[in-house]
Order: sequence, then structure tokens, then C-alpha cells
Amino acid sequence: MEYPYKMTLDDKLFTVKYRPDETSHLKPDFEQCKSCVSRVCTVICPAKVYEWEESGQKLTVNFENCLECGACRIACEKKCLEWEYPAGNKGVTFKNG
Amino acid sequence: MTDTGKNKTEVIVVGGGPAGIACAVTIARAGHEVILIERGNFAGSKNVFGGAIYAQPTREVFPDFEKEAPVERLNVEHKYAILGEDDSTVISYRHKDAENPSYSVIRGKFDRWMAEQAKKEGVIVVEETVVRELLIENEKVVGVKTELEDYFADIVVLADGVNSLLAKQIGFRKTIEPKDVALSVKEVIKLDKEKINERFNLSDDEGCIYEIFGGPMLGMLGLGFIYTNKESVSIGLGIGLDELCEHNLKPYEVLDALKSHPSIAPLIKDGELLEYSAHLIPEGGYKKLPTLFGAGVMIAGDAAMLVNNLHWEGTNLAMISGKLAGETAVRALVRGDFSENMLSRYQKELENSFVMKDLKTYRNLMDEAHNRNESFMGYYLKEVNGFFNMFTTVDSIPKREKYRKFIFDFIKKRNIIELFKDAISAFKLLWSILIK
Repeated sequence: MEYPYKMTLDDKLFTVKYRPDETSHLKPDFEQCKSCVSRVCTVICPAKVYEWEESGQKLTVNFENCLECGACRIACEKKCLEWEYPAGNKGVTFKNG
Repeated sequence: MTDTGKNKTEVIVVGGGPAGIACAVTIARAGHEVILIERGNFAGSKNVFGGAIYAQPTREVFPDFEKEAPVERLNVEHKYAILGEDDSTVISYRHKDAENPSYSVIRGKFDRWMAEQAKKEGVIVVEETVVRELLIENEKVVGVKTELEDYFADIVVLADGVNSLLAKQIGFRKTIEPKDVALSVKEVIKLDKEKINERFNLSDDEGCIYEIFGGPMLGMLGLGFIYTNKESVSIGLGIGLDELCEHNLKPYEVLDALKSHPSIAPLIKDGELLEYSAHLIPEGGYKKLPTLFGAGVMIAGDAAMLVNNLHWEGTNLAMISGKLAGETAVRALVRGDFSENMLSRYQKELENSFVMKDLKTYRNLMDEAHNRNESFMGYYLKEVNGFFNMFTTVDSIPKREKYRKFIFDFIKKRNIIELFKDAISAFKLLWSILIK
């Protein structure tokens, strides 16, 4: 059996129950992201919510995958991330937290 | 003045975790009106921990919880595993503490149970509702603004967790930097009861806790953990957010590395992933405590950064701080006084309890740990394994030669100044823990 060594993050996120909000609760200032050196959010996020698109020079925010931990809020180098909770009946539901 | 008539209660508690529930139930038991607002579908649905809850502090809030609450296993063994690159040294302490045990629990079940109990005792629990901000009038917190409407209360207790946006809104929080939090990722892995019992040397209701040093986190401020549940195993780690930033590490990849360490992999072999999760742990300690009270407001639990990271205590500090905030709220309600001065009693009660005493005891721990993490979390851990490697290897080299080489290397690999600095750091830390 392959598990637990060969699971991708997407496989792991597949085990999480989500009810995505219509709009993103994570609002980076995209202009500032362009000049960010570390783009550390793309590394430390446990759900790979943030991805840098080199071609479009833009940060994509896969907010539907957010585990609502808040790490990006604190790590953001530019302090340019508006972070709030998803609406009350939305977002992640941990059954085994 | 705002019209507070229809939406006015005595106390609003924000957050249905251990702190919020302990607070709300304390107030309800004294016969007062209290609304507990939880943003998740149910209490516990946004919560993640290792983890275990501790019987003694839990009994202070729910005296009979052991008879009814959904607990997984009673922990009889604590293992401290020091992982090298591919070896390990494990110290194990086994004792079935019948008096003050800890139990592994799953928050989605346990917090939910606590909230149900609180409801039975008169707490009005409002789920799926996010408090967006605090309402303030004449420098007093007078209520909360949710997505739908405004609710007013004599007192608002913030138990809204590690990210406490509300404490931030009213300026009670100090600036939180990456070094003040650990990011925890966890996987709950389904395993047969028999396999768990066999692999961890347990009988049906007994549990085991692994505290894991080193491995993929050698030289970094981070710890791994394993807890046994009835038919699953929780494995995860908490690692300083500053470490992840600095070393460009993806937390789930660190966890994958931990899971494939030769000393860990056999424990979870052939298991099936039930759920992946992540959460922040407040690690700032005493020096990063927020302002704990103000006119009409108190802060408890993770929102107040009440975590004793060395001992892996959080839910107990949450419950006790929540209870103390609840008791202060009751006094304030009896007197009809919700001033800052009246609620300052909460801080005094905390200071008289183990909560603040312990945080004070370990106030220098994180600073020293950050300063010397490469040695305390790296070099010495490797040397422990190095020693046992030397001691157990049979290779026809005379023992005296081996001992001398080990000692010589120990000093040579780490220059004398660094060793001296480590000793000073360790001494300073011990002094601050034991003396003052």
C-alpha cells in the first residue's frame, strides 16, 4: 500500500470538508504582491492557497482550499493581506480536529 | 444612544471552544443570561489540536465528563523520541494515572459535546455566525456586530481563538510576528484498533503520546506528535512560522518527511487518511500576552495567547481562564458594574492561578530557544543518537578509543565558545524557571 508516503497535497485536501464562500475572504493587495521578494505565502500555506503566476505576474488565491489557520496573515512580508473569516456557514469543517 | 432593547443580553461569549464554553456555562450556572456565538457549523468544527485534554481542569468545568463525554483513550504512556536523520532514541514513561489522567479526544466530537452540555445548562448557543466586530460606546465594549445584526451585552468575552481579530480590533494585542506562532499540520489516520494496540503496546482504552524532537525539524523550533485515538492515530507537527519562512519549507512536506522516518513509518503503515488539517498555536508566551480586560470586555484562551508550549498545555489554560472570566462576569453582573476596574479582577484571578504563574515561569523559554535552536534542537539531539550509536556498535575497536573519540568530536564539532554560550543559556533558563 502506497499511503502514507505518496499522497499529494491535493489528495490530502480531498479529505477535508469544505463549503466554499461565494467570494474570497482573503484579499491581498495584488499590486504590492508584484514587488514582494519572498512571496512566502506561496510556501508556508498548508493548503497551497497562494500561487504565483509568472506569466500573468499575478498571485492567484485558491480561497476554496483555505484551512483558515491564519499563517499567511502573520507571515505576509508586505503586510498587505486583508484576512477575515468566511461567512458563518461557509469554509472548512473539521470532523477530526 | 443606540436602541438596545430587543437584542440585549447580559453576556456574549465569542467562540465555542474550551475557553468560551467554560466561560458561558459558568455564567449560566449562576443564573444569568449568556449567548455563545460560534462561527463554525458546530462547536469544534474549526478547531484542531494534538491532542489530549486533561481530566483535572476539565472536571473543574464538567465534573462528571468522564462518564459521558466522547473521549478516545486514557493515556498511559508518554514517549519522547529524539530522531536523527535515520536513527532515534526514545525515552518512555509509562504509568496509568487513575487520578489525573489525560485523554485523547477529537475536537469535533468533544467540543460539540461540551457545547451540548452548556445548552442543557441554559447557554444560548448560536452557531454558523461570525462576529465581524465589537461595538464600542464611550470607550466601553457594548456588544458585537455579526453578519446579520447587532447584539448588545453588558459584557463581551473574547474566546475567538489564536487569530482573535476582535482583540486586534480594540488594540489589545501586541504585534504578532511569525516567531510568536507555530503552524501545526495534522493527519488523522485510520487504523484498526488491534493494530493500534499492538504497535503502541496498549489495551483497548489505553492511549500513548509521542513527543517527537528532531527528524526533519533538526535544528529548528518544531516538534512532532502522535496521539492514539480509538480507531485512528493523529500525527502532526508544530513548527515555528519563522522557521518555515526562513527555510522555505512547506509544512505538509515536513510532515511527510516525519511520517516516512524509519522510526515513525511502521507505526502508521497501511493506514488510511481520514482528514488533513492545520491550525496556528500561540507561542509568544508571557511576553506577548494581550491586555486581558477592559470596560465591558475580557479575553480568554488562545485569543489571550494562553499556551504553555513546553508542556503541551492549551485546552486546560483555556478552560480555566474561561471559567475565571465567567466568575468575574458573574460578580460584575451582581454588582451591575462592568467597568475596567471591576473586570480587572479577572487578571488578578489569573495571576493567582497556575495559568499566569506557569507562563511567567517560562517567560524566557522561547527567547532562549530561538537564540540557541540550532544547538538545543539540532546539535545535542544528534549527539544523543551519536552516543547510543557509539555505545551499541560492536566493531572490534577498543571502547576507550571510542569514548575518547566521542568526547573529542563533541568538543571539536562545536567550538568551545558555542558550548559556553549554550551552557550560559541553559543556566539562565533554569534560573528563571526555578528561582525567579
